[in-house]
Amino acid sequence: MEWETVIGLEIHAQLATKSKIFSGASTAYGAEPNTQACAVDLGLPGVLPVLNAEVVRMATAFGLAVDAEVAPRSVFARKNYFYPDLPKGYQISQYELPIVKTGKLIIALENGEEKEIGITRAHLEEDAGKSLHEDFAGMTGIDLNRAGTPLLEIVSEPDMRSAKEAVAYMKKIHTLVQYLGICDGNMQEGSFRCDANVSVRPRGELALGTRTEIKNLNSFRFIERAIAFEVERQIDLLETGGEVVQETRLYDPDRDETRSMRSKEEANDYRYFPDPDLLPVEISADFIEKVRLELPELPDIKRQRFVTELGLSAYDAGLLTASRALSEYFEAVLAELEGEAKLVANWVSGELSGRLHKEGLEIAQCPVSASDLAGLLARVVDDTISGKIAKEVFAAMWAGEGSADEIIAAKGLKQITDTGALDALIDEIIAANPNQAEQLRAGKDKLLGYFVGQVMKATQGKANPGMVNQLLKQKLLGSGKHEGSS
Amino acid sequence: MHKMTLAQLARGLHDGEFSSLELTEHFLKRIEQYDEQLNSFITVTGETAREAAKAADARRAQGQAGLLTGLPLAHKDIFNTRGVKTSCGSRMLDNYIAPYDATVVEKMREAGFVMLGKTNMDEFAMGSSNETSFYGPVRNPWHLEYVPGGSSGGSAAAVAARLAPAATGTDTGGSIRQPAALCGVTGLKPTYGRVSRWGMIAFASSLDQGGVFGASAEDCALLLGSMAGFDERDSTSIDRTVEDYQSSLENTLEGLRIGLPKEYFAAGLDAGVAERVHAAIRHYETLGAEIRDISLPNSQLAAPVYYVVAPAECSSNLSRFDGVRFGHRCEDPKDLVDMYMRSRGEGFGDEVKRRIMVGTYALSAGYYDAYYLKAQQVRRLISNDFAAAFDEVDVIMGPTAPSPAFKIGEKSDDPIEMYLSDIYTIAVNLAGLPGMSIPVGEVDGLPVGLQLIGNYWSEARLLNIAHRYQQDTDWHLRMPDVFV
Repeated sequence: MEWETVIGLEIHAQLATKSKIFSGASTAYGAEPNTQACAVDLGLPGVLPVLNAEVVRMATAFGLAVDAEVAPRSVFARKNYFYPDLPKGYQISQYELPIVKTGKLIIALENGEEKEIGITRAHLEEDAGKSLHEDFAGMTGIDLNRAGTPLLEIVSEPDMRSAKEAVAYMKKIHTLVQYLGICDGNMQEGSFRCDANVSVRPRGELALGTRTEIKNLNSFRFIERAIAFEVERQIDLLETGGEVVQETRLYDPDRDETRSMRSKEEANDYRYFPDPDLLPVEISADFIEKVRLELPELPDIKRQRFVTELGLSAYDAGLLTASRALSEYFEAVLAELEGEAKLVANWVSGELSGRLHKEGLEIAQCPVSASDLAGLLARVVDDTISGKIAKEVFAAMWAGEGSADEIIAAKGLKQITDTGALDALIDEIIAANPNQAEQLRAGKDKLLGYFVGQVMKATQGKANPGMVNQLLKQKLLGSGKHEGSS
Repeated sequence: MHKMTLAQLARGLHDGEFSSLELTEHFLKRIEQYDEQLNSFITVTGETAREAAKAADARRAQGQAGLLTGLPLAHKDIFNTRGVKTSCGSRMLDNYIAPYDATVVEKMREAGFVMLGKTNMDEFAMGSSNETSFYGPVRNPWHLEYVPGGSSGGSAAAVAARLAPAATGTDTGGSIRQPAALCGVTGLKPTYGRVSRWGMIAFASSLDQGGVFGASAEDCALLLGSMAGFDERDSTSIDRTVEDYQSSLENTLEGLRIGLPKEYFAAGLDAGVAERVHAAIRHYETLGAEIRDISLPNSQLAAPVYYVVAPAECSSNLSRFDGVRFGHRCEDPKDLVDMYMRSRGEGFGDEVKRRIMVGTYALSAGYYDAYYLKAQQVRRLISNDFAAAFDEVDVIMGPTAPSPAFKIGEKSDDPIEMYLSDIYTIAVNLAGLPGMSIPVGEVDGLPVGLQLIGNYWSEARLLNIAHRYQQDTDWHLRMPDVFV
């Protein structure tokens, strides 16, 4: 039988606020355990939550970015369950009335086609703390620094049909929340993670199969592998006469498999009810308009603009707009090198991105500033150095040896563009290679490259390659205007 | 000094008749002398009280005293007090020293009050007789075999016996008004949102409201002025100017329209109580008030609604008492579930457990719509009844409780019978309205309270109405013989 995979994702994006969603404690990552948990986060008797207004703005911005209706009235509810890292015994979330209603997002498929993924809703909630099972010999340590960190839970429709589609959707949301400045997207620190609902059904069948939920996936690679494993597991089960059990599963990246965590029967009855400590969130049309006006240029629009206005290929435009920081770096370089979009694009998506990737750095940590890179490329544009030498200069800049001009001067990398000096050198080389010169004149065009190579070698790469070409052709072939003549 | 009202004590301090230290010592001595009989305090903070009193006297000497500087006060043990045990009447918090002050505690200290200690109360404010306290029942100063009412029974009894000139309380379904009535003191529960709930341990968040007990309406006006106001730490507190509750106390009652809901005078009301309440209402007629019969047709639904909404909220509010971070934790838990079950099983008393179970049930999947949601809908009908009534009258009057105080143990095995002692008070919480109870007589030596219910934010008018009655009568000044 041919099977169809059905996937829906619940993405948890940690909102990039300074303080927590219902308290004034800091949200900064990595502090000593329990040093960023105030009385409210600890759930002490008598404390009350007060909503951080910034999360409302951020959720509104997200809603607008996915073409969703931002609810004029949304309500916080309590999700009741006991767990040691859940201080109040309930999580404040939104249930019946979320802040963001139905929206959508277009993803690009591998075959180049586009697909619309429905967004069911997005709601605000607080994160729980962390249980630490190591280092406590039979006990559990509780760190409540993360308790009360604001999350936006983005729930998709079950519209994805493969692990790759799920990853494409997740990446798209990842890019979007960073463009909006509402999430730092740091997956290692857990700022961006998802639960995947996975089921399979015979192709052509309309009813959905029984689903399982894979919890807490925090890398694109894990999502793809976890879903792939789970799909295979479910198909195997069904094909051998078994049944898929509705349950929560955990992905173990070390063993590359999913394991049962708890079944539906063991699931909590969360006893949701509106939180009487918080008033409903009311959002005016004016507020929504204000947020709309403050929205940054979104990735899809920016990508299109790069293609239509700057003449970049769709591929380059896609690479450069994959993160807001990278696109802004590109635009900052371009601002100093008007009309050189393709050159800048090649450098930013090529040499620069390659180097960042190799060293595991984010664009924000790049040792070469946009202005410095513009300084380097300006020397390529004005023929001071060749592209090849530019890479050498770039490496020196990366190592902190100075600006492009300083390095060119210090290392004497300036191109030889003095025709007189080159003239004499080329005459010398032709004289030293009479046989090759003869064969070239006789029509063996390939040998032109040999002569160029000799000249470059003699000048240690500093000769302007275009000029060398032209002079050689003049001297050996009596032409120079028509490159590539055969 | 203990026979004086708070207002008189304030004048005494101002005129230098006695110092705050003398006053404070006097009340500490009375607590020491009498509270063994009453059990109205859980914690007495003698040392810090003396220090605060000395500081108050020093401020007065420097000419920096305010109206309330140096006056002693007791706080219900539901309010967090930094560095002092805050038990909420429960074994669960018997070891809990609060690390912060409730807004009410902070504001009243800043106003100059000196805290004498923390008063006894029904466990987590769940009860109408003060018998559910882990620290044992409080006794009614008028008759030691009788209950003082609840849940703020310790505060009411302490003020009635003049072990403190005034005390704070909280009222979720009548927990200020009912004990005020049963102990013969004046109690005020303000409009929901008037007093900050920050630092007040939650029972039922949408109903809880802090308030006060005093010897008179004038005292309550002084107390309310010092505790009320917007608090950005409480999202349900309301940003509205606090009135000068003193200045309108003497206003005329000429033309005041008093509504008597027929449902509050129906079967179940003690004849003696009815007689005293009617007598008080007749007195208001002599002051120029006009009496109208009204109806609050959904009154009989108030108790059923309350006993769904309040337990539902409490079942969630009390989840934080899990033995993990503070409060009682069982010995040698064998695993997490064992720790939860035994810590909560040992830490909570029967009434608290009963309400947690009822509330958990009411919120469960499949029952939510029929219970919690329906209760919230009916709650709206109850509010609508009051709104319609206040189109016609300025104040609603009736008995605070259906009977005077009952004997300790008399109703403790029958929760329904116990719940009915709040039958006239709980609708006010469901609607979020302000209410008062003032003493208007006695039946067999036990005090009777008249309940005054006003429209939203009518605290000043209620205090005025109560004050004018107290200008002509002395029920509020009477003291139980044993404690004179």
